[in-house]
Amino acid sequence: MIEGARWRKWVFFYVPMALFLVFLLFPFYWMVITSVRPDGELYRPWNAINYNPFWTWKPTWVHVRYLFEETLFASWLWNTTFIALVSTAISLVCGVFAGYALSRLTFPFAGSLGTAIFITYLVPQTLLFIPLAEIIRNYRLGDTPWSLILTYPTFLIPFCTWLMMGYFKAVPKELEECARIDGASRWQAMLYIVIPVAIPGILSAGIFAFTLSWNEFIYALVFLSSPEQKTVPVGVTSELIRGDVFFWGPLMAGALLGSIPVAIAYSFFVEHYVAGLTGSVKG
Amino acid sequence: MAIAETRVYLPQAPRPRLRLLEDERWLALVLLVPTLVLLGMFIAYPFVRGILLSVTNSRVGVPGEFVGLANFYKIFNDGIFRTSVYNTFVYTGVTTVFKLALGLWLAMLLNRNFRGKAFTRAFILLPFIIPTVLSTFAWKWMFDPTFSVLNWLLYHLGLITGRINWLGDPDLAMISIIIVNIWRGVPFFAISLLAGLQTISPELSEAAAIDGAKPWQRFWHITWPLLLPVTMVVVLFSVIQTFADFQIVYVMTGGGPANATHLFATYAYQIGIGTGLLSEGAAISLAMFPILFLVVIIQLLYIRRVEVR
Repeated sequence: MIEGARWRKWVFFYVPMALFLVFLLFPFYWMVITSVRPDGELYRPWNAINYNPFWTWKPTWVHVRYLFEETLFASWLWNTTFIALVSTAISLVCGVFAGYALSRLTFPFAGSLGTAIFITYLVPQTLLFIPLAEIIRNYRLGDTPWSLILTYPTFLIPFCTWLMMGYFKAVPKELEECARIDGASRWQAMLYIVIPVAIPGILSAGIFAFTLSWNEFIYALVFLSSPEQKTVPVGVTSELIRGDVFFWGPLMAGALLGSIPVAIAYSFFVEHYVAGLTGSVKG
Repeated sequence: MAIAETRVYLPQAPRPRLRLLEDERWLALVLLVPTLVLLGMFIAYPFVRGILLSVTNSRVGVPGEFVGLANFYKIFNDGIFRTSVYNTFVYTGVTTVFKLALGLWLAMLLNRNFRGKAFTRAFILLPFIIPTVLSTFAWKWMFDPTFSVLNWLLYHLGLITGRINWLGDPDLAMISIIIVNIWRGVPFFAISLLAGLQTISPELSEAAAIDGAKPWQRFWHITWPLLLPVTMVVVLFSVIQTFADFQIVYVMTGGGPANATHLFATYAYQIGIGTGLLSEGAAISLAMFPILFLVVIIQLLYIRRVEVR
């Protein structure tokens, strides 16, 4: 693939690749090193002498302990997990059903409904958060996990539907027809024949939806107010900063620990995640 | 094989209750109802509510009266709003160009065969997976005025003599935000474009190489045109997300210094939620709509055109 001398491979491949990796991964390294570094080392001016910012010889757990003992971090972790799992489950059921209907059934307005769902896919959360905050208050859902469990599907369902349509279209019609000849109802053929074939798609949609809801910020910021109800991103943002004072040790420890659950979920399903990501774009 | 399996699952004829579902139209209706209810309640209804809100003078706890387009007049004469509009366009334009260029470059690097390829690809997506707010805090810490590791690095490389106050100066703050957005977006571009590149047969490039085409010519006349459909969709997606971005600016600068780095969304938040002027905030958010709508229309037309071909 790469022709010519060895130096060309270094100049055109190894060096740019290494620079990309450093650029993309350094912030995570910085998160890790900050969260285990004692305060005395942390707050040294950038031009102090004999100071190596990239390593510490005295790693400490004090920031992590502070996080779990002095803040509600454990509750935030639990809230985020619960909200992400339930809203993902709701979105998967809705998305699989809607995707099946839109890709395999003929009915009036199928085309325009499909377009409408695609358009909602492109509606950013920041367009509607103010009227939505009012509606949530009127429904008396404010400051409960249900305010997020019910609103997260608005950006997850369109994506799941869109992705599932692609998978369902690939299932041959004959497979379903065979089952129907054998006496299966439409419902049974869908449930036992078509949906099982599309399980890789469901996994992709699920893992992608889970990371999206774990990442969501503005709805959680606006709809939740009491500290014990918050999700990790909002809790870290609002509870670990007192006025203008940033507690960088606990902040970075919180950022790190708040990232680990998604990172683990992602690492188990990398291929499915990538399929979901690319499928979400191409459809 | 599938037929043999179906027999196991079907012990008796469908129950009468389910007979209605034999009609495709009824089945479609039943399958779509949950989706339509949720999207109707939390997308369509808030959209209408938002428009109604933006033509009143509601505040938190005060219903408000009809004031026509007064909120829109007010924001268009508001200097901070104008800055936010300008910032949003600069932010979207600059980051998109960089994300596309760097993403394409990274995709081409990843498209080669090398040891640890799967591993590298998995790690490269991290900035996109990790909650943006949390990773943005890491950047904020790296850009800290007193303890910045970037200043340390630049100083020890001999590039600067005094400190750089990254987030304290309006222009530098904007640049910092743009860097974080590029950092977050490059993986998405790279992985999506890599998927596009993998569908292009390497034989095309090889044939052109035999005919004497230089690498640059091969890229420009073969890879780029074949990749264009994927590129278009990825760019349009990214433009919508970037245009409506909130998290990076909220964490990095909160719109400061002196309201110089606001985007539509952060300014709408500050006015609507921060100061409680609900209708003015709703008007600022809705001001994004015409541009987003235009991008969505382009995208729909483009997808149609690709499907027809």
